[in-house]
Amino acid sequence: MADAGVAADRRIGTADARVETRTPWSERAWSALLWGVMTLFLVNVALMIAAVATNSFASRWLGTWLPQGWTARWYLDAWKEFQLANILWVTVEVVFAVVFLSLLIGVPAAYTLARRNFVGKRALMLLFLLPLMVPPITYGIPLATVLYQAHLGGTLAGVILANLIPAAPFVILVMTPFIEQIDPNLESAARVFGASTPRMFLHVLVPLLAPGILAASLLVLVRTIALFELTFLTAGPDSQTLVVALYYAVFAAGVRAPQSVDAMAMIYMLVTLVWLLIALRFVNPTQLVSRVKENPGGAL
Amino acid sequence: MSATPAATAELRAQRAPFDRALLLVVPATAFMLALFIYPFVYGLILSFEPPQGGWLANYQKFFTTDNLWTTIGKTLNLALPATIINVGIALPIAYKMRVRSRWQRFVTTLLVVPITLGTVLIAEGMLTYFGPKGWLAQFLQLTHIYEGSIRLTHNYWGVLISLVISGFPFAFLLILSYVTGIDPVLARAAATLGADSKAQFRHIYLPLLAPGLAMCFCLAFVQAFSVFPSAVLLGAPAGPTRVISIAAYEAAFEQYDYSLASAIAMIMGFVQLVIVAFVLSLRNWFYKGPVTGGKG
Repeated sequence: MADAGVAADRRIGTADARVETRTPWSERAWSALLWGVMTLFLVNVALMIAAVATNSFASRWLGTWLPQGWTARWYLDAWKEFQLANILWVTVEVVFAVVFLSLLIGVPAAYTLARRNFVGKRALMLLFLLPLMVPPITYGIPLATVLYQAHLGGTLAGVILANLIPAAPFVILVMTPFIEQIDPNLESAARVFGASTPRMFLHVLVPLLAPGILAASLLVLVRTIALFELTFLTAGPDSQTLVVALYYAVFAAGVRAPQSVDAMAMIYMLVTLVWLLIALRFVNPTQLVSRVKENPGGAL
Repeated sequence: MSATPAATAELRAQRAPFDRALLLVVPATAFMLALFIYPFVYGLILSFEPPQGGWLANYQKFFTTDNLWTTIGKTLNLALPATIINVGIALPIAYKMRVRSRWQRFVTTLLVVPITLGTVLIAEGMLTYFGPKGWLAQFLQLTHIYEGSIRLTHNYWGVLISLVISGFPFAFLLILSYVTGIDPVLARAAATLGADSKAQFRHIYLPLLAPGLAMCFCLAFVQAFSVFPSAVLLGAPAGPTRVISIAAYEAAFEQYDYSLASAIAMIMGFVQLVIVAFVLSLRNWFYKGPVTGGKG
């Protein structure tokens, strides 16, 4: 081992050192392969979305590169046929109710988990982590059973409650680092001046937490619009969100023109992407998936 | 000095008053208990109370009916290859992009789009694009790569491709967050001792990544195992892609046998638990210490 170290030292500064810094062709081939795979993936996904968009504006499209003609009537048809006005309104109600309620119960819980240590804290954190790790279908079927027993199944309230289950823990997960970075001295100062907990929350914590609350609400909003399984299992005919209505449209696609189904898919995609773009202005994209714990640069 | 009863009582009175901030966590806890734990327990009990037969009748029915117990195998047949592909491809690419750059942010933002759009839209897009008359088929014919007609929808391959499209970005983002959490100082230290990039990966990054990789595999597998809309829209739900979630859904909403549906959901959860426990036990073979460099 000492020989290898000495040999490396001897090579530095000589002409041979230049050879070590040139990337061997095998590494460049490997790099090219990886970039190729990534590009292939992205290009295919983009073309997939473009295919849906093209089809939604096509009058007829049978196996050629581009459709025979273009029209925008499928959008009007889809609007009337799928009663998109109603469905969009239901989606708006569900999503905003879920965001509001999840913030209401999630932010105080995140505060307690971030600031206090108590018996059973780890068990409680596991309890809040479970709905995010277990896929919705697994706990959705027993949940639907319970909701139907409580006569909440198929109603708007049932859909809101079902969507709240993954939303509240997500709020807790997102808010915890924001709360941790608020100086506890500020809270102590508020208490010294006689603030009770609700007053301290309202006048000190919530204004400081505003960016975190905004980030959490946008993330919950984007996730709830696209959440399919829970709404699918608990919705009735008049409490479907947009994604569930889209599923039924694709499912029964033989009956309808595929162009109108694609028009509806485009509307769904537009709604989702608009909110995603708004959310990306305020949050890191990876927060949709996990809490990014980036290494702070290291000892550079 | 032994504690007299009076001294103990005085000590007890001096203990801090009940911290009312703890009450703030009660609504969330109550909600989780009522709507997550209780349905699970209720479903478990319900699965042991079938409309007819003994308390194990549901499970017996599941394992003796042909189109029920084979769903486990079919779902594993879809979920395991999809997870291995997702994690296997995401790892080298995420490792390559571990350096913070504009490219990394650009690609990360792009990859968030398939995750957000969801499986239903991906299914509809695939039916149009990967269909027998879609752009992919026309492209393959134009370039004479493959002359025959392609069958990538309404079969096993359609579901597998959709699992890769929706699972790969998720695995990539998760692994990227783990890789960027490893101090690059360690790799530089290895480089000063003469390790080339392959050795750096094998001896430094891979052991440190192993716990995160195991976690990512588990999460990706669990997501793939509970595939539902893709299997119905893009697969052949009566045959090779009859996954276990379809069986549970049919039992609940087409046969209205909530007891059997709960039993199937329990079995689904149990199979996932077995595989997750197996993968996490493999992780114990690897390094479990801190991932930061530096002194101390």
